[in-house]
Amino acid sequence: MLSVTLILLAALFFTGIIIRTKSLASGRKGPGIMQPIRDVLRLFRKGTVYSETTSFVFQLAPTVYFASVVMAMLVVPFGQSKGVLSFNGDFIFFAYVLALGKFFSIIAALDTGSSFEGMGASREALYSMFAEPAFFILMGSLALLSGHTSFQEIFASLHIGSQISYAMAALATFVLLMIAMIENSRMPIDDPKTHLELTMVHEVMILDNSGFDLGLILTAGYLKFALYGALIVNLFIGVIPYQYAISAFFGIQFLMAVAIGLIESFMARFRMSHNPQFIVVLTSVSLLIFFGVLLILQKFI
Amino acid sequence: MNLITAFVGIPFAGMLFFPFLKVKGKGMLTLLLLTVNIILSGYLAVQSLLGTPFSTTLPGSYVTGAIPIRIDALSGWFILIINLIFLTGAIYGYSYLKAYKKRNNSLTLHSIAFLLQHTSIISICGIQNSLVFLIAWEILALSSFFLIIFEHENPVTIKAGINYLIQAHFSIVFLMIGFLWVLNKTGSYDFQAITTYSASLPGMASLVLFLCFFVAFALKAGFVPFHTWLPYAHPAAPSHISGMMSGVIIKIGIFGILRMLLIVKTDYLTAGYILLVISVISGLYGVMLAIIQHNLKKLLAYHSIENIGIIGIGIGLGCIGIGTGNQVLTTLGFAGALLHTLNHGLFKSLLFYAAGNVYQATHTMEIEKLGGLVKRMPQTTLLFLIASISICGIPPFNGFISEFILYTGLYNWLSGGNLFSMLAAIFSTVGLAAIGGLAMLCFTKAFGIIFLGNERSPLPPTCREVPFVQLIPTYLLAAVILLIGLFPMLFIRLLSMPVGLFTGGTMWTNNPLQDGVFEVLQPISLAVWLLVLLVALIFGLRSYFRSRSRVSTASTWGCGYVAPTVKQQYTAGSFVRTFGKLFAPVLLVEKEETTVKGIFPNEAGYKTHSYDKVEKNLIDRILKLNKNFMGRFIFLNNGRLQFYILYGIVFIVTVLGIPVLYRYVVSFIELLKLL
Repeated sequence: MLSVTLILLAALFFTGIIIRTKSLASGRKGPGIMQPIRDVLRLFRKGTVYSETTSFVFQLAPTVYFASVVMAMLVVPFGQSKGVLSFNGDFIFFAYVLALGKFFSIIAALDTGSSFEGMGASREALYSMFAEPAFFILMGSLALLSGHTSFQEIFASLHIGSQISYAMAALATFVLLMIAMIENSRMPIDDPKTHLELTMVHEVMILDNSGFDLGLILTAGYLKFALYGALIVNLFIGVIPYQYAISAFFGIQFLMAVAIGLIESFMARFRMSHNPQFIVVLTSVSLLIFFGVLLILQKFI
Repeated sequence: MNLITAFVGIPFAGMLFFPFLKVKGKGMLTLLLLTVNIILSGYLAVQSLLGTPFSTTLPGSYVTGAIPIRIDALSGWFILIINLIFLTGAIYGYSYLKAYKKRNNSLTLHSIAFLLQHTSIISICGIQNSLVFLIAWEILALSSFFLIIFEHENPVTIKAGINYLIQAHFSIVFLMIGFLWVLNKTGSYDFQAITTYSASLPGMASLVLFLCFFVAFALKAGFVPFHTWLPYAHPAAPSHISGMMSGVIIKIGIFGILRMLLIVKTDYLTAGYILLVISVISGLYGVMLAIIQHNLKKLLAYHSIENIGIIGIGIGLGCIGIGTGNQVLTTLGFAGALLHTLNHGLFKSLLFYAAGNVYQATHTMEIEKLGGLVKRMPQTTLLFLIASISICGIPPFNGFISEFILYTGLYNWLSGGNLFSMLAAIFSTVGLAAIGGLAMLCFTKAFGIIFLGNERSPLPPTCREVPFVQLIPTYLLAAVILLIGLFPMLFIRLLSMPVGLFTGGTMWTNNPLQDGVFEVLQPISLAVWLLVLLVALIFGLRSYFRSRSRVSTASTWGCGYVAPTVKQQYTAGSFVRTFGKLFAPVLLVEKEETTVKGIFPNEAGYKTHSYDKVEKNLIDRILKLNKNFMGRFIFLNNGRLQFYILYGIVFIVTVLGIPVLYRYVVSFIELLKLL
């Protein structure tokens, strides 16, 4: 329960902080931190326009997408305290339930019959396919290291002590951060604020969504950020008492948001054709983590 | 005893009536006889699954010897799967074949072959006499051949059928080698002889024996590189047959492998590694080729190869579990494999039936020509969607449950063992995860392009939803898919007996499934329920908000351009183009491109055609060599009848002469030895 509350709280501010950082970096004052939430609340009350081409899939997709993110949120723990749902192999459920949402958002994009949205859908399907092995290797390595197969047990028994484990924690943070970037379609992979539909991935898929549906999709995006942020935080707070852990949680989430804002301010998006290579690199990095675990367990002679 | 006589007798008795019946009567009689046989075999299967295996010995004949028939829990599980898919296939086919009313004779053959197929495939599950097993295996191959070539006036169909027939006989050759080997050493046809004989063999030899059987069954199941018949046979057959072939006929290969694992005592660890490697390759290769297919049925056929790979991963894990004495791994591996066998049977036949509906409505299977079918065929669309989600292994449907069990098995294997096994485990995990991701790419493409968007080419005006009778079997399958997704424990309990066979004969006293291995499925079931409820809740909330605000329609956003044509839609080819470029070394895609040139450009075009690299290197090359060699002897084939009669006489004389000459050959060899 604790993790859900914390993630919800973080989600309230996360995107606002990114936007604020970007504004400040470009010399503007920028909107308030709560502006994204206000936008969503407005969207929930607004009317909806549907494309004539669309079918029931388009109507259902935002709901399923949102529900999948909420379900994923329920299995994420917070240090010693379990998520709402916690069982052996819950990280498999985590990955696959997010895949359900992705499946629906992809077919909803195809449902509009727009070539732009098809393009985005194609890229989303491809990128998420490449990101999946990295996540499974990472979790497999952590499971091997800790001897458990549920999020909470893995994170609770993970303690970073030796030098190898520092390196591994850094790599794991990198992998999770990058997976978060891919999942949320942020900068090095995708540029949400580009002006051209041709160069978007996620944003172009939801061009035809409006009103309540768009609100759901945006909210799901905010939650997803906080979700991955929580996973990263979990890498470090295994044995720390709650009062420090909770402040660490908000501190790391804040840092992450600022970092994303800065990256987006000072870096250009990768060329679309280079994205797959970049994502495959993630798999290699997670294999490095795996080898690190083997080193720690002294499986190499 | 009487049950078995009835079981075999019924279809043969029925066959006498088929030629004299009208089209409708044929359909009804097939359904009736099939139902009777399903009840008969299903009774035995349920008994064996509940813990009382059926066993009897038929007297047989002088040639075959006694015929032991043993229906244990493994047979029972497969018989139930086969019966379920055959039942839906028969109902679906009954309606599907109405379009072919005028082809009375073909339908007679089709009905007979259908019943024979069912009888033979069920028999294979029970017979434990190698000679009779081979006979049943041959009947299965032949009846499947006749079912495939239903539309035999089409040369492509005939070619696919013959391709299947030849490869099916390669499978029989390997089976015969294995059986003859054992027969030669023990003099017995009984499968139990194989067990005792293989136990006496050194590790390497028993592994070769097992691999001999494995190749035979892998040809049937469609493991890479033995899969090349599959992408031809499935599209050529009528849809209910493709659904059944993909759903159960190739699964009999899986049954064979599992049966051989039970009766051949071999080096399970090595066998497990071999299986695992082949399976991961099959899974990845199958789905990679599925993605680039433009024919829906061919796409589904390649996807069967992928799923056979997933099942194989489970079997491989189970074997490694036996080899290392890890009971939990054995349980997880075989339970995952068996459950995925059922799951794949369900969603793949559902996909093929839905594809059949599409074919009947549109008369094409070309994905690029379809589009926007959701408006014409909403029910088929929904069913295809359910099957697509479950085949990707995504909750809340059944595919997730079996893949979850496999992942659990992989992580279990990872957590103990040496460096080598850990590396194998992590790479298998990568393989399984990549397969899942690729399957999503494949099915978002298939579903999105065929059913969503606008019509990409003019569809026939008769294109509409198929009659309800044809939808009944598909709804039945969808219901079971959902049932497994929501109540996995029900089915896992049924699995305790068949899995118990592998974990060692302690299945009565010590049930491995109650040791907490599957406790994890309880929260999974809870989570899946929560997911469903959450979707319902949010959807309700959405309806409430929508009722309070204005809802209008407009055209799709086209960057300000408001008159797009349907040709501007994304196509299947463009959807997977980046994928094709990235995986170019594995794939074989030929392109024909006419680019736009000049000030007044001509018509431009772009065509792609994909081919199978394994087939090119493994089948085509050998065929070409064979053709070259045989070409040397073409002078013998001169087209004169006299010569052919002469050849016949020479052959007969040679055959008759062998015993006479034998003596001389032997004495010649003796002579040589003396020297």
